[in-house]
Amino acid sequence: MTGIIASIIDGVLVGSVYGLAAMGLTLIWGVMDVVNLTHGSMIVAGMFGLYLLTEFVGLNPYAALPPVLVGGFLVGLALYWVSVHRMIGRPPLMSLLSTFSVNLVLIGIGTAVWGTVLFNVQVTLPGVSWGRYTFPGTHILAAVLTAVIALCLYLFLHRTRPGKAIRAVAGNRTAAELVGIPTTRVLSFAFGLGVALACVSGMLIATLFPFTLLSGDTYQLKSFVVTVLGGLGNPAGALMGGIALGLVEGLVTPFMPVSWTLVIEFALFVVVLIVRPGGVFTFRRS
Amino acid sequence: MKTIFWLATVVAALAAPAYADDENTITIGMTLSQTGSLNVDSLAQQRGAELWRDQVNGAGGIKAGGKQYKVRFVTYDDQSQGGRVQQLYTRLIVQDNAQFLFGPYSSGLVATAAVISEQYGKLMLITGGAEPKTYELGNKYLFQAITAGDHYLTNAVDALHAKNPHAKVALVYSDDPFSKAVAGATKDQAQEAGLSIVLDESYAPTTTDFGPVINKIISAQADSFLGGGHYPDGATLARQLYDQKANLKWESILVAPGDEKFAALGPAALGVTTGSQWEIQVAFKPQFGPTADEFAKAFKDKFNAEADYYAASGFTGGALLQHAIEQAGSIDPDKVAEALNGMDVTTFFGHVKFSTDPKSHGLQIAHDMVLAQWQEGKDGKLGRQVVWPKAAQSADLIYPMH
Repeated sequence: MTGIIASIIDGVLVGSVYGLAAMGLTLIWGVMDVVNLTHGSMIVAGMFGLYLLTEFVGLNPYAALPPVLVGGFLVGLALYWVSVHRMIGRPPLMSLLSTFSVNLVLIGIGTAVWGTVLFNVQVTLPGVSWGRYTFPGTHILAAVLTAVIALCLYLFLHRTRPGKAIRAVAGNRTAAELVGIPTTRVLSFAFGLGVALACVSGMLIATLFPFTLLSGDTYQLKSFVVTVLGGLGNPAGALMGGIALGLVEGLVTPFMPVSWTLVIEFALFVVVLIVRPGGVFTFRRS
Repeated sequence: MKTIFWLATVVAALAAPAYADDENTITIGMTLSQTGSLNVDSLAQQRGAELWRDQVNGAGGIKAGGKQYKVRFVTYDDQSQGGRVQQLYTRLIVQDNAQFLFGPYSSGLVATAAVISEQYGKLMLITGGAEPKTYELGNKYLFQAITAGDHYLTNAVDALHAKNPHAKVALVYSDDPFSKAVAGATKDQAQEAGLSIVLDESYAPTTTDFGPVINKIISAQADSFLGGGHYPDGATLARQLYDQKANLKWESILVAPGDEKFAALGPAALGVTTGSQWEIQVAFKPQFGPTADEFAKAFKDKFNAEADYYAASGFTGGALLQHAIEQAGSIDPDKVAEALNGMDVTTFFGHVKFSTDPKSHGLQIAHDMVLAQWQEGKDGKLGRQVVWPKAAQSADLIYPMH
């Protein structure tokens, strides 16, 4: 029994970080109806940001969070103007292909520069032991930071003027324009924010596991599952969806072979799409 | 008219071989995983083969039948995907007129490429595909230069049994052909040795979080770990086993610890063992070609990197083909295949002999692996030491590992 509980707790801790990754994806979709297929690359960018800042600048891994957040935001702004801006208002397939192409270019450049060798950031943090089981300190801190970032995002979206502008544009872009909100600026800001969240989640994931240039694909896939669980365009739901996914992973593995985890996850994905296409955690649109 | 001329020019350019034929040049074709998940090990294997090619050409070429042949490689990026391999090997044979082939990296890609090489009767040397099943399909031109997958963890089982005859083993492996072949054989060997398997699980090759698996290992009260898969998953496993304090006395992980970059894991790498096709500490007296030290030095000089077993096997594939051509006195594929069938030689890589039994033709039957363990040197740096078999030891086996 202890093993099952330990597995669930660990699943929830890691799942919350998946939730953070999905928050970036779902924020962008919610505001501008764009499926950002550079999401995986941006998660990897956060991982490499952490590696470079710790290895070459000598920063403490967690002190790298603000520069990764700001750097991610600036990269997001650039990406918006390169691959998304001209696709706004066009069929979703256009932005899908555009971001897909940019993603391929980024992966190609990355492979040429770094190859697909493994990178590891050593983080020493005492864990919490419970009987024979240990919850690594990195997992606990990543979950705590995720909760703090999610709270900050909530406050930003609901208590600040730029946040309210983002929500207004997400709700009705034409109406937002009519009341004088500079929608293009808001869209680029929201895209930058979504990418910044992806980068920070990548940074936190890199404190947990080694990574390669190609690690983003797996986390992007998880982000899609989490987004569907939480409800498309719903950042708070994404966090809940991530935790739910971690819970499922933790709950399933003690009882069946771990190779079945993916099957269960995607079966859940399909079931949610059929039964509750708006997402399990869609109580109120953010 | 102008349009037709340009069209004809383009068609002719596409249809022509990428390299002009030259009767004093041997063209060897291969695909490499220059991109994708197999990039790291494939790159090392490629560099080993390139070093062989440059040394051969520097010495004037391969001597056969009164001629000297220079060696030329034609390569394509298979993107680590089996789906591209058949198309590219067909191109190598049909369009680039490759006379011989080197296999791609990894068992899955080799199995796919072998269909094409056999179909066209092209001889293919394999230096990075250990799964034995491919050699049980009646292939005639396929030759495996490395120890087959079912012996990858044999030394680990022997050494573990010597240290703890009652070890409780968690066998956890990637759900891919190579890892499953290793795990199946390891399970039999471990049970035969009297070790108990307390957990037998496979995981998806794309797994990035092994937390749930490690909790199962702890719940099963295992004290030893055997398994893994390829590079990223093996390294992640080692890191998480350390972070989650799985309290194991023994870890043998496939493939990943064979790479120099495994040292980046720091304390998580310490004590981890791996089956290795070659380590520089094991000195064989070669019948031809360089010694281990000569090879390692030449590799370091050329690529500014330490030679690992992937590089050594890549070089050896070329050296074996060269020896077979020289023995055959011809570049006729049937004569070269005949020379390989009769080959029983020792190089710096070890003893090499191919099965001539029709049921397992081309399978490697003489080469032995060693067990290497990551240990801290006197300078505080992490490095691999050969710890098993005892006759090849460069350092004592550390048990328990932590």
